[in-house]
Amino acid sequence: MKRIGSLLIIFCSLSCLVLAKEAKPLSNDPELEKRLMALSEQLRCLVCQNETLAGSQADLAADLRDVIREQMKAGKSDKEIVAYLTDRYGKFILYNPPVDPTTYLLWFGPFVFLLAGLMFLFRYLKQRRELISDQPLSAAEHRQAETLLKPAQEKKTA
Amino acid sequence: MARFVNNMRFAIPLIIFLIIAGFLASRLRGGYDPHIIPSALINKPAPEFQLQQLRNPAQTFSPTQMRGKVWLLNVWASWCVGCREEHPYLMELSRSGGIPLYGLNWKDKREDALGVLEQMGDPYVLNASDFDGRVAIDYGITGAPETYLIDQNGVIRYKEVGQLTPEIMEQKILPVVRGLNK
Repeated sequence: MKRIGSLLIIFCSLSCLVLAKEAKPLSNDPELEKRLMALSEQLRCLVCQNETLAGSQADLAADLRDVIREQMKAGKSDKEIVAYLTDRYGKFILYNPPVDPTTYLLWFGPFVFLLAGLMFLFRYLKQRRELISDQPLSAAEHRQAETLLKPAQEKKTA
Repeated sequence: MARFVNNMRFAIPLIIFLIIAGFLASRLRGGYDPHIIPSALINKPAPEFQLQQLRNPAQTFSPTQMRGKVWLLNVWASWCVGCREEHPYLMELSRSGGIPLYGLNWKDKREDALGVLEQMGDPYVLNASDFDGRVAIDYGITGAPETYLIDQNGVIRYKEVGQLTPEIMEQKILPVVRGLNK
């Protein structure tokens, strides 16, 4: 038990060391840091592509955050900074894909599928309704049905 | 005929399955790599910079010096494993004397970079030192190695993400170069 405890202490202090190493020099302006986090939350880390630029530990992500920080200090708007980044890395860096001809399929594809599904359903229901429409029985068919039903009824009552 | 069509309806799920399977297979086998991001800079002017030369820090290198020439800019670093794997081919390329090869030494230490060139040979006409990686960001670099083909007017014509190989050179880069030299 004691050993586990000391191991835990070692691990904790190790993780502190690691954290201490990875902490990036922040600017002393908390407002700006907040803005930086909010913006980089919407941007993709280009190294580990399923992470945001805000959350990534990759070197390149840290560099890009530095660039964004500098530009914010220089008074650039979020829009200008995003334009700066898309000029270099393309729209891929945006987590929210913009609506433009290359992403029409992405944005409207699901609705096309929905529409196709609805059309299929509508046609199918219409076809089915036609199939089960009432067709009055002829006199001969009536008699046939009666003879088929009668023995069963007699058995039941018997 | 009507019955045949009716029977075929049961094949629809199978057909849909085959389409999806075919799509997935093509993505698996077609050499598709989601890490390769289409460059935003193709057919755009190569971003301007002025950096220290690796061997000769008193002098600078700038892409404007290359006007009138078709050249390759190879992004590499001593800490990059892929670059070391690529290195022997770069040596071969520089020996063949086709397209001049320039290096952008990315976020590297000067002595480390020089060490690699000492050890493995130097395929570059010269190297520019991008110590803080800012020029790399201007070029939209996501990792090393990456190589740009830049034309006589300073326009980027091709970008290869990852290692250069004889196949890529033969099939992708040289046809573009031939078009430029016409």
